[in-house]
Amino acid sequence: MLEIDQVRLSFGGVHALDGVSLTLGPAEVWSMVGPNGAGKTALFNCVTGFARPQQGAIRFHGSDLVGLRPSAIVARGVARTFQHLRLFGELSVLENVRAGTHRGTGQHVLDALLHTRRFRRSERDSTVEAERWLDFVGLHADRGRAAGTLSYGNRRMVEIARALACRPRLLLLDEPAAGLNHSEKGALADLIARIRDLGTAVLLIEHDMSLVMDISDQVVVLNFGRRIAQGTPEDVSQDPVVVEAYLGRERDDETDGEPGA
Amino acid sequence: MSLPAVLNARWIGWLGFAAALLAPFVIATPYAMSIMTSAAVFVMLATGLNIVVGYCGLLDLGYAAFFAVGAYTAGIMSTRLDLPLLATVPAVVLVTAGAGVLIGLPTLRLRSDYLAIVTLGFGEIIRVTAGNLDFTGGPSGIYGIPGLAVGGLDLSDPVVFYYAVVVVVSVAVVGAARLSSSRLGRAWRFIREDEDAAEACGIDTYRTKLAAYVAGAVWGGLAGVLFAAQLSAISPASFTFLQSVLVLVAVVLGGQGVSRGVVVGAVFIALGPELLRDVADYQYAAFGVLLIVIMILRPRGLWPGRAGLGRRDA
Ligand SMILES: Nc1ncnc2c1ncn2[C@@H]1O[C@H](COP(=O)(O)OP(=O)(O)OP(=O)(O)O)[C@@H](O)[C@H]1O
Ligand SMILES: [Mg+2]
Repeated sequence: MLEIDQVRLSFGGVHALDGVSLTLGPAEVWSMVGPNGAGKTALFNCVTGFARPQQGAIRFHGSDLVGLRPSAIVARGVARTFQHLRLFGELSVLENVRAGTHRGTGQHVLDALLHTRRFRRSERDSTVEAERWLDFVGLHADRGRAAGTLSYGNRRMVEIARALACRPRLLLLDEPAAGLNHSEKGALADLIARIRDLGTAVLLIEHDMSLVMDISDQVVVLNFGRRIAQGTPEDVSQDPVVVEAYLGRERDDETDGEPGA
Repeated sequence: MSLPAVLNARWIGWLGFAAALLAPFVIATPYAMSIMTSAAVFVMLATGLNIVVGYCGLLDLGYAAFFAVGAYTAGIMSTRLDLPLLATVPAVVLVTAGAGVLIGLPTLRLRSDYLAIVTLGFGEIIRVTAGNLDFTGGPSGIYGIPGLAVGGLDLSDPVVFYYAVVVVVSVAVVGAARLSSSRLGRAWRFIREDEDAAEACGIDTYRTKLAAYVAGAVWGGLAGVLFAAQLSAISPASFTFLQSVLVLVAVVLGGQGVSRGVVVGAVFIALGPELLRDVADYQYAAFGVLLIVIMILRPRGLWPGRAGLGRRDA
């Protein structure tokens, strides 16, 4: 489904990605782990069009993604969330999720100017759709509230709902569990399983190894912009190369706190 | 009901419309009619700029350029081709939309400070060009532009023309507000809030920003037609940087993105100096001080936004 082939991305002299290759099958949960600065977010950016790799190819269902605008990549069925939440903080929770329904809402400008029945129907449909995804992620807080005023955990859920509203076939989640408490992490694991059951593949970046072990079908390990291991959670956790990479630099989850709210 | 809820109620719009209709019954001297008509045209300008600056968050310091393009297109076509003003409207829409694309395309990748410079330059280029070309009449501009007429009906009587302008401007205001609450308007807001996040939601931010420029340009261009009809003569002196700034001040004062707030802001900017006539020489200084005080007291503009729709939206 997603084929990443020898992707290289550098910033000046820094190789954020140094020839990464990876192939993802449909409707599975993949986790990407690796120390800070390993290039995980950089890889997400390349896949979603926010960064353009200098070398290599990225194909999704056979079509080349390199060089496409992020919105065009969403149109091909890849949606994402951001490591440092990117909600429309001043807009309501519902409006945020309706952003995800943008492409699915057929609406002509003339319909909007004349308030035709077709316009009202499409407005209603997009609201219902957004409500549905908020239900799906289990967010029942006041949906008329400005998204920026929600708790951190709820804001994460709004962002996931917004990405789901794009109806992706592949969903990329960048550290969705960062800043969540224990019970929220449990709910997240459950949510990811339900997303997979919808037929949407999930690739997530995660530092919490017990969560990774719990939910992943496959695990990829990145270090210094290279893939150093890949396999089932059990295989990877016993891989000497991985143990080596993590030795002495195991990430302290407590410092993970609240990245840039 | 709380004050914001009242101010954002639907009937407030009708109240404003009624006030505009009743104004000539209070005072209908030729001077008053001309001031009120100018104010209505100014409301249309502010509404158009609000699409670009308020809804979409793109700074534009040269908005008078679109006003000029609309006025000149209507003026040139009606005088040279002997067309009634109304017949020039399709051409005005096309030409101003083209001007919107022209300014939009090269600025799509720019962030606000560069955008300010480019739009400012565009405004000046249009004004200077109009003052130097023969077919735009050079510095003296175009005169003898016919008044507005619909069918055989002459609308050039000051009071009648005022009513015609109020109707056109009201339709423009409602149209802009409807755009704002549509899919396109939401996309503009998402871009204003976070362009990358909007793009990540599948919104083609280039096309959407271009749509804002085009809509803003068309609104400004149509206001230009009304302006040409009112004065029957136009020259580059009417489309200065100061004019662009005044429109921008109206938008900011009203509360960027808040459609009805911008109407109030525009009326205030257009009529304020007139109401301060008593302080004669200090008229504009007093007005400036008043604006500063308002912005200190209400930094987000006069109008309270609707909760949850973003504090700046209604
Ligand atoms: N825009 C940028 N400009 C310069 N360097 C960058 C940029 N983005 C990433 N890098 C560098 O690329 C490398 C990979 O960064 P990346 O954000 O992908 O790491 P990561 O694996 O996501 O780490 P973390 O776990 O901290 O999120 C780092 O060395 C980082 O400093
Ligand atoms: Mg990262």
